[in-house]
Amino acid sequence: MVRWVPWLLLGLVLSACASRPSLPPMEVAAGAGPVHERVLANGLKVIVKQDHRAPVVVSQIWYKVGSSYEHDGITGISHVLEHMMFKGTKRYPAGEFSRIIAENGGRENAFTGRDYTAYFQTLAKDRLAVSFELEADRMRGLLLDPEEFAKEVRVVMEERRMRTEDNPQALTGEHFNAVAYLSSPYHWPIIGWMDDLENLTIEDLRGWYDAWYRPNNATVVVVGDVDPQEVFELAERYYGPIEAAPLPQVKPRREVEQRGERRLRVVAPARLPYLMMGWKTPALGRHEAEWEPYAMEVLAAVLDGGLSARLETELVRAQRIAASIGTGYDLYTPRRELLTISATPAPGRDIAELEAAIEAQIERLRREPVTAEELARVKAQVVAGKVYERDSMFYQAMQIGMLETLGYGWRVQEEYLTRIERVTPEQIQQVARKYLTERRRTVAVLDPQPSDRPVASQGGSRLVR
Amino acid sequence: MFAKVLVSLMMLLGAPALMATPQIQHWVTDNGARVYFVAAPELPMVDIQITFDAGSARDGERPGLALLTNGLLAEGAGPWDADVIAARFEGVGAAFSNSAGRDMASLSLRSLTRPELLEQALATLEAIVERPTFPQAAFERERSRLLVAIERRGQDPGAQARLAFYRTLYGEHPYAHPPSGYRHSVQAIERQDLIAFHRRYYVARNAVIAIVGAVDRAQAEQLAERLSDELPAGAPAPDLPPVPEPDEGRRVAIEFPSSQSHILMGQLGVYRGDPDYFPLFVGNHILGGASLVSRIFDEVREQRGLAYSAYSQLVPMRRRGPYLMGLQTRNDQAEEALNVLRQTVHRFVAEGPSAEELRAAKANLLGGFPLRIDTNRKILGYLNMIGFYGLELDYLDRFTARIEAVTLEQVRDAFQRRVHPERMVTVVVGRGAEGTPSAP
Repeated sequence: MVRWVPWLLLGLVLSACASRPSLPPMEVAAGAGPVHERVLANGLKVIVKQDHRAPVVVSQIWYKVGSSYEHDGITGISHVLEHMMFKGTKRYPAGEFSRIIAENGGRENAFTGRDYTAYFQTLAKDRLAVSFELEADRMRGLLLDPEEFAKEVRVVMEERRMRTEDNPQALTGEHFNAVAYLSSPYHWPIIGWMDDLENLTIEDLRGWYDAWYRPNNATVVVVGDVDPQEVFELAERYYGPIEAAPLPQVKPRREVEQRGERRLRVVAPARLPYLMMGWKTPALGRHEAEWEPYAMEVLAAVLDGGLSARLETELVRAQRIAASIGTGYDLYTPRRELLTISATPAPGRDIAELEAAIEAQIERLRREPVTAEELARVKAQVVAGKVYERDSMFYQAMQIGMLETLGYGWRVQEEYLTRIERVTPEQIQQVARKYLTERRRTVAVLDPQPSDRPVASQGGSRLVR
Repeated sequence: MFAKVLVSLMMLLGAPALMATPQIQHWVTDNGARVYFVAAPELPMVDIQITFDAGSARDGERPGLALLTNGLLAEGAGPWDADVIAARFEGVGAAFSNSAGRDMASLSLRSLTRPELLEQALATLEAIVERPTFPQAAFERERSRLLVAIERRGQDPGAQARLAFYRTLYGEHPYAHPPSGYRHSVQAIERQDLIAFHRRYYVARNAVIAIVGAVDRAQAEQLAERLSDELPAGAPAPDLPPVPEPDEGRRVAIEFPSSQSHILMGQLGVYRGDPDYFPLFVGNHILGGASLVSRIFDEVREQRGLAYSAYSQLVPMRRRGPYLMGLQTRNDQAEEALNVLRQTVHRFVAEGPSAEELRAAKANLLGGFPLRIDTNRKILGYLNMIGFYGLELDYLDRFTARIEAVTLEQVRDAFQRRVHPERMVTVVVGRGAEGTPSAP
């Protein structure tokens, strides 16, 4: 979550009414370079995909740790540690990492999600060793200097203010998650509660770093104009000497069964009302029938897979109830996922009308099968998306790294198209009836307060005292 | 110690791999649209962007007009309404989008090149470009949605800061207002205004067509003809007025119920083709353009922990775009952060960069050149820019040589002539912001 990485990459679906650009295309398209894989003796997994379209290489390292590995009191620690990874090792003092990458013509950044933390560099293809050398060095050599920490945690607090505190829709999303998830660690935000950030210590960070930053907890992904054997040799040279260590066991902390609808209201300085609805839905590989998450994926695309999908067609254009509306669902989620719909009412319409109109669309999914035309459109978008994604080496690396780190394995993307093709209208109806129920629903409403009111009187809505 | 090993390794590897720049083909359609094409046969897809000199700088008395006109194009065209248009694109997996900024108004299409798929996407795009119908009902809906977007802007302190910054810097110039317009101006726009605007500006001689993808020259020619042959030739948009140089600095404060103050500081910058562009571009890279290693980033964030984002940005436009610097910080730190920003800029202008900084910046820009053109989408962006602003066809070929040629003296000289910290516009949006009050 450093610098510019959009929320989209964070495994969050809370960004304000972001429409799904299209279904996330997952399949390795025919003709794309083959994927090569090797596990070093210390447990580090290295995955290489060749792409010779440009003399460039994307190098990413993914750690299996994120906000869902945290617990009360230290929320946000994975993300703060991600920031501290730029603050110096014994070999390379603070700032050197970024300086060296820049001097080699590289671009770099990092991001933290609920279930992963990842670092990346994009470089001319002959500079891959620079990335490996520096990443290997900071996997175990981080200084975690208390003075650097004191400054950097303030940077993260500023980040939190910018992203959440002063953004009424993001604030609503944060409260929404905290209500929708009770016992699951998805309950708290990736960036952490402000109070936890204020009380975080350098010792907390040392413990977190030592626990999780190990070769046997990481995956290196390289996509670009490279030779896999040479990449494996480089990986062996730089990462090979790092010793493995036992990893902590994280308790499952499964989400308790929801026993009825939950509703909340967020009062904040804002000019527009905002509605978020979410239903507990299946995610891939977690007890439910295998076809269910794929059916839910298609269902989400029927609702909001573009301007011809139902929500834009019906609620924005035909009924003019929504000014903007967006749906979020991610089948690749290690814990129970939410299907969310977020919307802003059109002028002259209120939140109650908007909610009723969304609910009517959900009811329609339960009542009648989707049309062959809708399914054909979703499929066409998936097929095209497989080709389009190959325009970006970075995106291809993201897919591989994420699927590996979430425990699905990169090969699962090869099944995506056939799984989607197999989804029937009846299956969509079935998952709608089973999961999109009132009992599984959480509804949040942003109640906007005029800006000219003294903010002190609105303290009740603030997260921070 | 280890650093030496790394350095020698890099020397061993030698200069960064030089990348063949894309071969740009250029021609003009029968009725005067300028076409820029790069063949990219590797993937079975094509990207097309059609850009008109029809951005918000052409709004005249109706801020929001250019954006609404652009946004209405896909709401009805030929025999089709918005539902059919969306279904025709998405049914073949094509992605259509439109956008309007201050200079440009664009339509973009990404499609597979399989003939039957591409044909449906192209026929739809063709109708949008050449035969939009501006349905009254769709117009009213889109106007009301734009009003909602304007309200949303009102709850975003960063958006408020940008609004005030442009307004203060550009005064009466057409760059002063936001492309989304103002509540009162948007309310006053009528369907007839869109039709008149469209008739004037969406014409072939005011258009640039950029194409990148798996088509050959003959196909690209056909495609460009098809997308423009029914457009009237028309005339290029008239020259925009030059931007008057403000003679004194101004500070604007806007009270806002946020926990952070959003600070923007800046002045007039460069136009596309500006003779000082490359020295200023390289200098700005050192001052605040490079994302993680610039002076501003270092002083504000790395040294003091005052902000998450701290940057400076040179925005070249048809006329002089802004040179702006920004950060966001807790309200009670706003003055401190602003002082750090000011001092950093002052010092840079007074002293210029060090030789080491210049060397490192060039190494980054030269070594990173392949990354600028490593996707079809990025190449399309360059074609559009080169075409729209009339830059040389060999702009990309000469890019690295121009960076290399920049000297320490040129950077210092360009900054001293062109950057005036004492005359900058400063905008602070937040609680307890100090300065000349200004209505949001």
